Amino acid sequence: MTDLPTSRIDLKAVLHSSAPTVAKDDHSEGMSYLQSVPRRIVTLYLPLTIIVVVLLFPFYWMALTSVKPDEQLLDLDKYNPFWTWNPTFKHFYKLLFESYYPYWLWNTMYVAICATVLSIVASVFAAYAIVRLRYKGANLVGGLIFLAYLVPPSILFIPLATVVYQYGLFDSPLALILTYPTILIPFSTWLLMGYFKTIPFELEECALIDGASRWQILVKIVVPLAIPGLISAFIFCFTLCWNEFIYALTFLQSTSNKTVPVAIVNEFVDGDIYRWGSLMAGALAGSLPLVILYAFFVEHYVSAMTGAVKE
Amino acid sequence: MADVAIPRAKPQMSEAGAWAQLKHNRNWLGFWFMLPAMVFLIFFLAYPLGLGIWLSFTDTRIGRVGHFIATENYEWLWDDSIFWLSVFNTLLYTFVASAFKFGIGLYLALLLNEHMPFKAMLRAMVLIPFIVPTVLSALAFWWIFDSQFSIISWSLKHLGLISQNINFLGDTTWARICVIFANIWRGVPFVAITLLAGLQTVSPSLYEAAILDGASSWQRFRYITYPLLTPIIAVVMTFSVLFTFTDFQLIWAMTRGGPVNATHLMATLSYQRAIIAGQLGEGAAISSAMIPFLLAAIMVSWFGLQRRKWQQGENND
Repeated sequence: MTDLPTSRIDLKAVLHSSAPTVAKDDHSEGMSYLQSVPRRIVTLYLPLTIIVVVLLFPFYWMALTSVKPDEQLLDLDKYNPFWTWNPTFKHFYKLLFESYYPYWLWNTMYVAICATVLSIVASVFAAYAIVRLRYKGANLVGGLIFLAYLVPPSILFIPLATVVYQYGLFDSPLALILTYPTILIPFSTWLLMGYFKTIPFELEECALIDGASRWQILVKIVVPLAIPGLISAFIFCFTLCWNEFIYALTFLQSTSNKTVPVAIVNEFVDGDIYRWGSLMAGALAGSLPLVILYAFFVEHYVSAMTGAVKE
Repeated sequence: MADVAIPRAKPQMSEAGAWAQLKHNRNWLGFWFMLPAMVFLIFFLAYPLGLGIWLSFTDTRIGRVGHFIATENYEWLWDDSIFWLSVFNTLLYTFVASAFKFGIGLYLALLLNEHMPFKAMLRAMVLIPFIVPTVLSALAFWWIFDSQFSIISWSLKHLGLISQNINFLGDTTWARICVIFANIWRGVPFVAITLLAGLQTVSPSLYEAAILDGASSWQRFRYITYPLLTPIIAVVMTFSVLFTFTDFQLIWAMTRGGPVNATHLMATLSYQRAIIAGQLGEGAAISSAMIPFLLAAIMVSWFGLQRRKWQQGENND
C-alpha cells in the first residue's frame, strides 16, 4: 500500500525497517560485527524469546484448551497438558449450534460497523473543518477534541445509562451505536487531522480557483488522498468497538442482544466444571476476526496507534 | 500557515464577490462541517459528564428520581473503608503496572530496534495481545490462574518448586499480583510499539558520532536515546496511566473485585454500587472522585507536550 508520508515517524519503517533503504543507514547492522555471536544470543535473542513466548502463551493455551477433549482438560497427570493428540471440535460445535453465539457475533459486528461508519463520516468533516477551514476558534475546538479523547468510559457509563434509559434506547443495539462514537470520534478526528495536514494545500487552492466548492474539494480531492488514513482510522475504530465492554455490559440486558465479550463473561460462566472448553472456544472465536483483520492491515494498524500518540 | 494562501490569492481573482462571500461564510461553513461530530460529543459526552457530577450530589436510584442531597454521598464515602480500599488498590494497580509497562516496553522496543531475521513478523506478533479484546484474553488468564487446574501450578509442581497448588485468584496478595500481571501483559505491546516508532526517528549519525568519541552502549542510551525519546515517553505513559487507572474489564472478567474486595478498583466499585446495587448517586460519586486523578494525568501530558515544543521549536507539529 502507498502510505502518505506523515510528519516524522516513518510508519512503514516501524514494521519493515529491513527494507533496503532503511537497512543501509541502520547503524546496528554496521555495528553488529563488533558483537560476538554468544553475546548477541544472551543480550538479544534470549530476552526477546522469553518476552515473545510470555506474550503469546495465553493464545496458545486458549487454542489448545478449545480443542482438548473434556477428560484431558481436567486430568493433568495422565495426559501431558501442553499438547493433545486427539483434538475435538465439540466445543466449537456446541458454540455454533447450541448457543446464541452466532447472534452475539452478528450483534458485535453490526454495532461495530455502524458505529465506526458513523464516527468516520463525522470525523472526516470535523477534521477537515479544523485543519483546512480554520474557522474562528478551530484551534480551541481541536484542543477540546483531544481532551474528549482522554475522558474514559468508566466515568461516563452511569450518567449515560440514565440518558439511554430516558431516550428509550435501553437494551437496543442503537444505544451502543450512538454511544460508541463518543470514544471513536475524538480518536479518529485527531488521527485524520494529522493526515489532512500532509495533503499539499496547493491542490485545494487550484480547485478553489477552478470554482470547486468546499464539498467538492473534500469529496474529490482530500478524501481520495487520505484513503490510507481512513483505513487506519476504520480498522482501529472497529477494533475499539469490538473490544468495548462496560457500555455493552450496562446498556444491554436480553441474552440475544449481547455482544461477544459481554455474553461470554455473563452467559458461559456457570457452575459446570467442564465449561472451560467452550469458554475458551468462545474467546478464541471472538478474537479471530480481529486477528485476521490485523494480519491484513498491520501497517495501517501501527500507523493508527503511533499516529494518535505522536500528535 | 496554509490559510494565508487564500487571502493572498484573492486580489488576482476577477470574481472578488464570490471570494469575499466564501471568506465571509467560513465560520458558518466550519459550523456545518463540525455539526455531526459536535452533536455526538455534546449529547453523549459533555452532557453525561455534567450529569454524572450532578448525580453524585443526589440520591438517585434505578427507577426513582433523586433529590439534591448536597455532599452526603461524598461524606458517606469518606467513612467507607471499602471505598478507601478501592482507592488504594487503584493507585497500587496503576503505579506498579505502569512502572513495569514502561520498563519492559522500553526494553522490548530497544530489542526490536536491533537488526535480526524475521524482524517484521516478530514486531507484528508482539502487538497481538493489544488486538485481542481484553475480556477474552482476561478469560484465558482466568483459566491459566485457575485454583485447581492452573498450568502454572502444574509446571511448578513438576519442577519440584512447590508442593501444592497456588490459589492464584483466591488469595488477596496473589490475586493482586495476577491482575497486575495481566494488565502489564496487555499494555506492554502498546508501549513497545509506540516507543519503537519514536526510536526510529533518532538519527543513526548521532550514534556514529558517539561511538567515534568512545561512548559505551549505556552512555549512548542515557545521553542520546533517552533524551530524544522523552517527549514520546511522556505522551505514551500518560495514556497508559489514564487507561490503567480507569480499567474495568480486566478486573471484571478475572475477579469481579474479589477476594474480599482486594482487587476492587474505583471503576469496578462504582459499577457494583450503581448498576448492581442500584445506588446511581453513590456510584456517580465514586466515578466523579476519579476526575481529580485524571486531571493530574492530563496536566502531565500537557507539560510533556510543552516541553517537546520547547525542545524542537514552535513550528513543529
